[in-house]
Amino acid sequence: MKATTVKPFGDVRPYLVNGLALALALCFSVVVGAVWIPLQTMVRLLAALVLPVDLSDVPTAYQTIVHNVRLPHAFLMALSGAALASSGAAYQGLFRNPLADPYLIGVASGAGLGAVIALAFHWPATLGGWMVVPLAAFGGALLTVLLVYRLAKVNQSLPTTTLILAGVAVSSFATALTSFIMLRSRDELYRAMAWLLGGSTVNGWTPVWAAFPYILIGFLVLWSLSHALNVLQFGEEQAHQLGIAVERAKLLLILAASLTTATAVSFSGLIGFIGLIAPHTMRLIWGPDYRRLLPLSALGGSCALLLADLLARVALAPQVLPVGVVTALAGAPFFLWLLRRAKSELIW
Amino acid sequence: MKVGATLRLNSIRVAYNGKVILKDVSIQVRPGEILALVGPNGAGKTTLIRTASGVLSPIQGQVQVNDRDLQQLSTVERAKWMAVVPQARQLPATFSVYQTVMLGRTPYLGWLGFPKKEDEEIVQQVLVRTQLDTLAHRRIGELSGGEQQRVLLARALAQNTPILLLDEPTAHLDLHHQALILKLVQQTVKECGLAVLLAIHDLNLVSLYADRVALLVNGHLQREGKPAQVLTKQEIENAYGVEVELLDHPHLSAPFIIPRSNGSLERIAYVG
Repeated sequence: MKATTVKPFGDVRPYLVNGLALALALCFSVVVGAVWIPLQTMVRLLAALVLPVDLSDVPTAYQTIVHNVRLPHAFLMALSGAALASSGAAYQGLFRNPLADPYLIGVASGAGLGAVIALAFHWPATLGGWMVVPLAAFGGALLTVLLVYRLAKVNQSLPTTTLILAGVAVSSFATALTSFIMLRSRDELYRAMAWLLGGSTVNGWTPVWAAFPYILIGFLVLWSLSHALNVLQFGEEQAHQLGIAVERAKLLLILAASLTTATAVSFSGLIGFIGLIAPHTMRLIWGPDYRRLLPLSALGGSCALLLADLLARVALAPQVLPVGVVTALAGAPFFLWLLRRAKSELIW
Repeated sequence: MKVGATLRLNSIRVAYNGKVILKDVSIQVRPGEILALVGPNGAGKTTLIRTASGVLSPIQGQVQVNDRDLQQLSTVERAKWMAVVPQARQLPATFSVYQTVMLGRTPYLGWLGFPKKEDEEIVQQVLVRTQLDTLAHRRIGELSGGEQQRVLLARALAQNTPILLLDEPTAHLDLHHQALILKLVQQTVKECGLAVLLAIHDLNLVSLYADRVALLVNGHLQREGKPAQVLTKQEIENAYGVEVELLDHPHLSAPFIIPRSNGSLERIAYVG
């Protein structure tokens, strides 16, 4: 039997499946909303993005809703989902712990704190102003992850118990500080609360354009290190002996994963469990090779967050639930299932 | 592949967690020979292997590959000179055998770890050589301990280095798999002129497979030489604190060591 390699692009099926799912999720997300727009009109409005379609008989309200509200919102959700899922996959690989999720290890809360501090300074709502927030969130995320890593490390490994405990403790601390700052700036309270629970309160394309470069750069750095992530699954010592500059790879991974998480948190709030659900589902279906796992998790995370957002908008319509509530409702049981599996197979 | 390299440890002193583990140890491994590293638990065998592989740095003395200081080589460059076979413990269960062996090509792969035709051919050859070709698509979590250890050996062979370090590759293996691993190493040494440093517990396996032996006791190099010179009744009893008898191997000119059963319990417990 001649063995062949799993090449990152050797098999296009997973990309096709996930890409198709993402396209569908995007369509659903744009079609469904508080105002029902006839499908025919919807198709014309979407076609107008790429084709010269005459829209003179379409009410401008419809145009605004689709082009300036629903589409950018859908894209922001897709970007955030991709960011959370790919950084979740990277943290899991880096810490060699299946339960590492940006939310559970406290990185998201740290990013939230950074973002709230930045928001308290009332940056102008321009593209430049919006691009400052992720940087502050990045600082918060980085501090948290390094703190949690130091606290949780036992000799050369990162046991689940200490990782989650350190994550919870640091996360509570960051959240308390965040609440404190929010209470000090009363006028902003509602907006900040809604944002923190994962309700995107800003509309239009500006946040999408502000988020896109950070998430793209973060993702590309993570992806370029996917072979190192594969080797790191055998432990740092073996990775070193196989020719990986371990410390440099770890540093870059932490920087890039924290940047993508921080950007997602800056624009979509604290959304948990996407970083667990998407990568693990992809692992189960397509295997553990990070060269494929990272892009597939990004696509899967986009789908998952778009669907959660859709549910959040229709479940109690016209009231809109924070999307973080939906992901937690679906994600927490998934986490428990994973914990049971990890307990029997890997850790204890 | 780089051909023929000599590994030298020049009076190295190594501390770990503030404790000095190795004291002025000098060892040389030449191309085409297997140097076995023996000694009681805690003598510093694993520390020596880790230092030779560049994971630990000596606080005194150097590790040299062909007269070049190991510290001056880049991580990738070093991985082209020497490969390490660790003990098969806590491996990522879902990786396939093929994927794992391909990781041996890491120092030669480009961006994103795309394998070239040459890499695939080398991995295929190594799989056949280590009798893993029929298991290539199995997950390593499904394999026996002996098979897993062979996968790690295959990964190191795929690295195609002139120096090979092995850290107790036969621990926990049955007779068949012990012999299989060491025969594979021996064959490769004879064919490719590898320099092999092998940390190992079983002194009888040393007699059968090693060209030279270094006996390490309490971080000191106690004795070094041919197995018959080092593995004497006197040296073994001193190092391990167990009374032994030496027999001649029925087919080879190698000493065979058996412990005496009537040794007093205190002395055995002391070794434990």
